[in-house]
Amino acid sequence: MSAAVSPAPRKGLSFRQPSVIPGFGLTLGFTISYFSLIILIPLIALAIRSAGLGPEGFWKAATDARVLGALRVSFVTALIAAGINVVFGTLIAWVLVRYRFPGRRIFDAIIDLPFALPTAVAGIALTAIYAPSGAIGAIFAPIGWRIAYTPVGIVIAMIFIGLPFVVRTIQPILEEVSNEVEEASATLGASRFQTITKVILPSLTPAILTGFALAFARGVGEYGSIIFIAGNIPFVSEIAPLLIYIRLQEFNYVGASVIATVMLLISFAMLFAINLIQAWSRRRYGYGH
Amino acid sequence: MEVRVANVRKEFDRFPALHDVSLDIRSGELIALLGPSGSGKTTLLRLIAGLEMPTAGKIFFGDTDASEKTVQERNIGFVFQHYALFRHMTILENVSFGLKVRPRSSRPPAGEIRRRAMELLDLVQLSGLEKRYPNQLSGGQRQRVALARALAIEPAVLLLDEPFGALDAQVRRELRKWLREIHDRTGHTTVFVTHDQEEALELSDRLCVMSQGKIEQVGTPDTVYDHPSSPFVFGFIGESSELPVTVENNELWIGGRAIGVPAGDTPTGQSRLFFRPHDVDLVEGDAALAGVVTTSRRVGGTRRVELEIGGDGHRVEIDLPFDHPAGEKSRIAFRPRRWTLFPA
Repeated sequence: MSAAVSPAPRKGLSFRQPSVIPGFGLTLGFTISYFSLIILIPLIALAIRSAGLGPEGFWKAATDARVLGALRVSFVTALIAAGINVVFGTLIAWVLVRYRFPGRRIFDAIIDLPFALPTAVAGIALTAIYAPSGAIGAIFAPIGWRIAYTPVGIVIAMIFIGLPFVVRTIQPILEEVSNEVEEASATLGASRFQTITKVILPSLTPAILTGFALAFARGVGEYGSIIFIAGNIPFVSEIAPLLIYIRLQEFNYVGASVIATVMLLISFAMLFAINLIQAWSRRRYGYGH
Repeated sequence: MEVRVANVRKEFDRFPALHDVSLDIRSGELIALLGPSGSGKTTLLRLIAGLEMPTAGKIFFGDTDASEKTVQERNIGFVFQHYALFRHMTILENVSFGLKVRPRSSRPPAGEIRRRAMELLDLVQLSGLEKRYPNQLSGGQRQRVALARALAIEPAVLLLDEPFGALDAQVRRELRKWLREIHDRTGHTTVFVTHDQEEALELSDRLCVMSQGKIEQVGTPDTVYDHPSSPFVFGFIGESSELPVTVENNELWIGGRAIGVPAGDTPTGQSRLFFRPHDVDLVEGDAALAGVVTTSRRVGGTRRVELEIGGDGHRVEIDLPFDHPAGEKSRIAFRPRRWTLFPA
């Protein structure tokens, strides 16, 4: 008779739960290596490059007046554009989800075009239209409103490229908010307007935040379309990505990486904050139930 | 509030969902709209609510014509199968919603709204959960919140669309009893839709059996169960067995044998015999229905056997005591205690 020695329970990593879903080790390993190669290592290289200046040098380069001006232009215009996109993107998503009209499918497909169009093409097209001699620019020129070659032009370009992000994040959630909830609101005596403001919009909040974050991030990083329409006047309509490019042209690689690092930090902080708000509201309202 | 549905017809894209339906709902009664899916029962409920507009016909609330009124103006309470709670609001906010959205002139003060909502939460036995969100509640609790929310606006009529359809059997039975109690306490005229005949029989004062966009029969559970007006109602309400029979000399015959069941005043010729599986007497002798057991299974406190009657392959089900010795191939003779004949 042999005493069966039961193997002592293996002490594995504590976060690893027994599960029927296979390949945890493999997939996590792959994810981390992939993530490192594509995202983490380049970003760290960027940070190391700019850290070469030392804290004081970094601070000096980062607080240079022209750099601050460019950062301000980039972030303020991206915030405005994302804000506008959220309003009209929600409206477009609403129309696409709730109504059936001829040409809806085509309209739906056109929404994605800014994803596919080379941004330089978009920039040139927008400039041609919004320049004082262009079709729309000519309407505003007589009353002294200039659109192209001002920050307004930057906002328009950012709206153009950011719109699909908002529409595509809100659309599926809006489809999920059932007709029954709207009907329930109506049977309780709420007017159409009250149903929209008190029932539908609040339940879309997490999706709207996601759309805002995506459109904002896209706007901050955009380069191709903006340089054509912006006019690129330092302190007025020069965006940070353009300034990075200018620094590179001057062979000032460290200067370029400092601006990039600052952009990265600000973007990360803002996106992280938005993510937190989102996680909080998702948990509370229990989406995915 | 009485509700009168007068000659209502409803078509969806020219497909008729309801043909010329009329129904009088008495003030304070609990009435069930019962039927298989596609029978038009939910459409009828939504027409009463004003969530759909009739193609023809009118709906009266008391003496006033409600047909032209919007859903907001009708002041009805509606409970959906899948609760349709507002998930970004707490339970308390959900229940007070209907009062809060009223125009300033008819809106009670905030303290009063809160007091009323808390009172209703107490009525539906959810006191203490008012700060939770809907996703933190079980299905049964959510449906109770939905009912409290509907009651908060003091509706003229309470309409429930398969209110227990999404719940499991146990919770369903509990809520059924509890809904009956709430109804007896509040006295709202209540219409509820169900496809579950057991639920309809147990819960309602009267039931309205529907099939293919038409009303088949309206009556108390006793009337509908004991005196079904059509083969459809007989088959849909309760268990039923059916056999083709011949009427001759005021007696029923199957395969050339009299089965010992009088035909009453049914005219001579072909007919259809309906009876309940539990409503039979086992008999010895010739003048009876006799068959061979094909399958036998235990259902609760009885044993349900399927019998093949005669050589034509007609099968009927009857209930035997669970300890009856009949096995497969046993021969059993019986006579229905109560039955109904419908023309073939």
